[in-house]
Amino acid sequence: MTTETKIVTKNLNLHYGEKHALKNISLDIPVNRVTALIGPSGCGKSTFLRSLNRMNDLIDNAKIDGSVLIDGTDIYHNGIDVVELRKKVGMIFQKSNPFPKSIYDNVAYGPRINGIHDKKILDEIVEQSLQRSALLDEVKDDLKKSGLALSGGQQQRLCIARALAVNPDVLLMDEPASALDPIATAKIEELIYELKENYTIVIVTHNMQQAARVSDYTAFFYIGSLIEYDETKKIFTTPKEKQTEDYITGRFG
Amino acid sequence: MKKKIIGWIFVFSTAAATLLIVSAIGFMLFEIIRGGWGKISWEFLTGAPAEGMTAGGIFPAIIGTVLLVLIMSVAAVPIGTITAIYLSEYANRNSIFTKLIRFAVNTLAGVPAIVFGLFGLGFFVQFVGGGIDKFISGDAQLHWGQPNILWASLTMALLTLPVVIVSVEESLRAVPRDLREGSLALGATKFQTIIKVVLPNAYTGILTGAILAVGRGAGEVAPILFTGVAYFLPHLPSSLSDQFMQLGYHLYVMSTQSTDVEATIGIQYATALVLLALTFLLNFSAVFLRYRLRAKAI
Amino acid sequence: MILNRTQTNGISTDRNTRSSAHHYTASKIAGGNINLKKRFRIGEFIAENIIKGVSFISFAVIVLIFIFVFREAAPIFSPAKQTSTTNTELVQETYGEESSTANETVTEQKNKSVESSGSEGEATAQNLLGKEWQPVSENPKYGLLPLIVGSFKVTFIAVLIGAPIAILAALYTSFFAPRKLREFLKPAIEFLSGFPSVVIGFFALVTLASLFQNLFGYQYRLNAFVGGIALSLAAIPIIYSVTEDALSAVPKFMTEASLALGATKWQTALFVVLPAATPGVFAALLLGVGRAFGETMIVLMATGNATLMSMNFFEPIRTMSATIGAEMAEVVFGDTHYNVLFFIGSILFIFTFILNAVAEFYVRNKLQKKFQGTA
Repeated sequence: MTTETKIVTKNLNLHYGEKHALKNISLDIPVNRVTALIGPSGCGKSTFLRSLNRMNDLIDNAKIDGSVLIDGTDIYHNGIDVVELRKKVGMIFQKSNPFPKSIYDNVAYGPRINGIHDKKILDEIVEQSLQRSALLDEVKDDLKKSGLALSGGQQQRLCIARALAVNPDVLLMDEPASALDPIATAKIEELIYELKENYTIVIVTHNMQQAARVSDYTAFFYIGSLIEYDETKKIFTTPKEKQTEDYITGRFG
Repeated sequence: MKKKIIGWIFVFSTAAATLLIVSAIGFMLFEIIRGGWGKISWEFLTGAPAEGMTAGGIFPAIIGTVLLVLIMSVAAVPIGTITAIYLSEYANRNSIFTKLIRFAVNTLAGVPAIVFGLFGLGFFVQFVGGGIDKFISGDAQLHWGQPNILWASLTMALLTLPVVIVSVEESLRAVPRDLREGSLALGATKFQTIIKVVLPNAYTGILTGAILAVGRGAGEVAPILFTGVAYFLPHLPSSLSDQFMQLGYHLYVMSTQSTDVEATIGIQYATALVLLALTFLLNFSAVFLRYRLRAKAI
Repeated sequence: MILNRTQTNGISTDRNTRSSAHHYTASKIAGGNINLKKRFRIGEFIAENIIKGVSFISFAVIVLIFIFVFREAAPIFSPAKQTSTTNTELVQETYGEESSTANETVTEQKNKSVESSGSEGEATAQNLLGKEWQPVSENPKYGLLPLIVGSFKVTFIAVLIGAPIAILAALYTSFFAPRKLREFLKPAIEFLSGFPSVVIGFFALVTLASLFQNLFGYQYRLNAFVGGIALSLAAIPIIYSVTEDALSAVPKFMTEASLALGATKWQTALFVVLPAATPGVFAALLLGVGRAFGETMIVLMATGNATLMSMNFFEPIRTMSATIGAEMAEVVFGDTHYNVLFFIGSILFIFTFILNAVAEFYVRNKLQKKFQGTA
């Protein structure tokens, strides 16, 4: 790998109570690329994703050790501000979760909590974010409409716009298209392709075609362990590990 | 065959028991409406008791009840809501502090109303009120150190606190986790998330809690017996240190302490009807809101 | 792969070329390279601590109830202190010379206050177990037994009548009732808990009392039986509601397994679900007892309020709660009578406190153990 690295995990272990959910994950995620995390359900890929912006902190009995470095800073270090971290590392969830507010207020949510209240600036941020998430043309006449009134695919792009409005470096996407129809999925994938120019994207997906289509690098997880990590091309053509091959050829999972 | 009969008897008795409860409710409602309906009039609702309480209306008792629950809500709703926020948003399930609060809320819900009355007398009237008097006048000049509407309302607020907490907490928990995570993932702090996302989605629950508490507070008598209610007052309460009349207490004294109970039976029924109508209206709207909330959560 | 600190700069220049608006906001928010150093957010800190502090009020209130109810009750257990303070005061102010003749009742009128405070002080502690409750007489007696018996008697009647009805109705609601009816029944019965107790008391006083007297022909119009029936109307909704919750918390697979084995619906209800829900039903009973035991207005209005001690259910009784309710307004603050009423309140408080605590812990542990591994 020749590109610069954005995120480095070193011997990352995570326990939910008794359950050892992540085992010694060491992974380097390159900057401005799409890295896909694949594997069967319950293999720890979502857990891993959520440990990159410390969303696992919200779970009472989750215990983590090892380190995650973003731009060289260990985000699990005591002196790290989780709130600031999450501004830098945005997240898109599996089920689109727009707030029950207007489209405008959804996108403006992040800037507002950061203390931006100037209407002109907010307008600009909202427009830009919607533009970048390829939603602007569909909603620009109707920004006062509730975010919940949008279709599933639009809602997910609204969530992406909402995340972009806080100006993150990294976007974590947890199966962002799993609940969408093929056309909406295609739009999201196209969007991911455009976004990687400016953002480091880590995406969890269940759909191997999707991983092959959108990602530059692919990591295969199995029962909490990282089995193989390489360029997507290589993973899907010449996997080194037997388990990876079995999975991508559909023999299990 | 024998088994079938036992089964039949069993099912029948469960149905009969249910019917019995429902008909008891119906009977009680019917009796009170039948006895009180004829007496209800504009004059009754807006007039003061007259001729040694054997005639006239119940206006002061209605106003007293309304003032009582209003002041009570001002205390109980914010405290209850904040406690519910703590329990639902901040509390670590396993921490001792959380267990302590939860236990306290459950216990509070089970404390007999009359014990709240005693506490109100010992704490609010004598300790706090007496303390204020001593502080202000330095002398045994009683002003706050005697029963009044403030102490009665605060006592009632303690009684209704668990009602608010339980109801609000339920509605906070019904706010989808997704929304909280969505907000936190955008770099909102916990408190920002609560204020901007959680509470706006739980306002029906807070409203339900408040209404339920008001319904409960409007109907209880025991806590105010010796913390502020009065048998008869020629004027409406004009300050927090005034005593007040209340519907439930009015019904109690009219039906048990009055010299000629038979003569005022119409007033008694009508008072009971007004009180019942008031609490029902409140409870019904709370139930309605709550069922709508549950339907939405599913 | 070497971590290169400078790469962040690379990104931020990259970022700066994106757009003018974002350039502006970027510098406004955090200047492109967000500083991850922990910040002290004073607003957040204050908010959290206020919330925590306010939620502590519930616990503080419990502690304060303990302190203040017991504090006012305490003087009856320190006769020495009480006699010395009140007695000397009274003695010096009014009847200084006659204090030595405290036990003689020749000059009744004059001696009244001295005598009462004197004999009361030493006598209360033993007197509390007496069979006579005559707090406002020449020679006050504070025997709590009739009140305790009264409370238990009326509670017993209320639960004896209310519990089977409530539990059967809960079974009907969760098993046999048609779906539509069930959706009506639960809120309807829980609605009963919205009846103000003073209204239930009134209903018992004016309607039930005469109805039952005509029906059974007993002597006293107001008695433990009428009070118990009225009280059961207050206990039924809570027993019903908690039982129904416990019944519907029984995992579906248990019911289905039983039905699949060829058991009928009623057999399943009676032999599988009800036993499985026993802890919940037990808790419901405890809560019902607590509710009935502590209730004031209903018993005050419907039981006749005579301090009789008998096993006859159709005689009037006087409960502890009713005694407080009826007498507190008329006592002199700080008086022994006042202290004893607080003492009765402490008993009520402790009793219901224990009931609730047992209900909670018993149920939580039992139910958890029972259904563990099934969840």
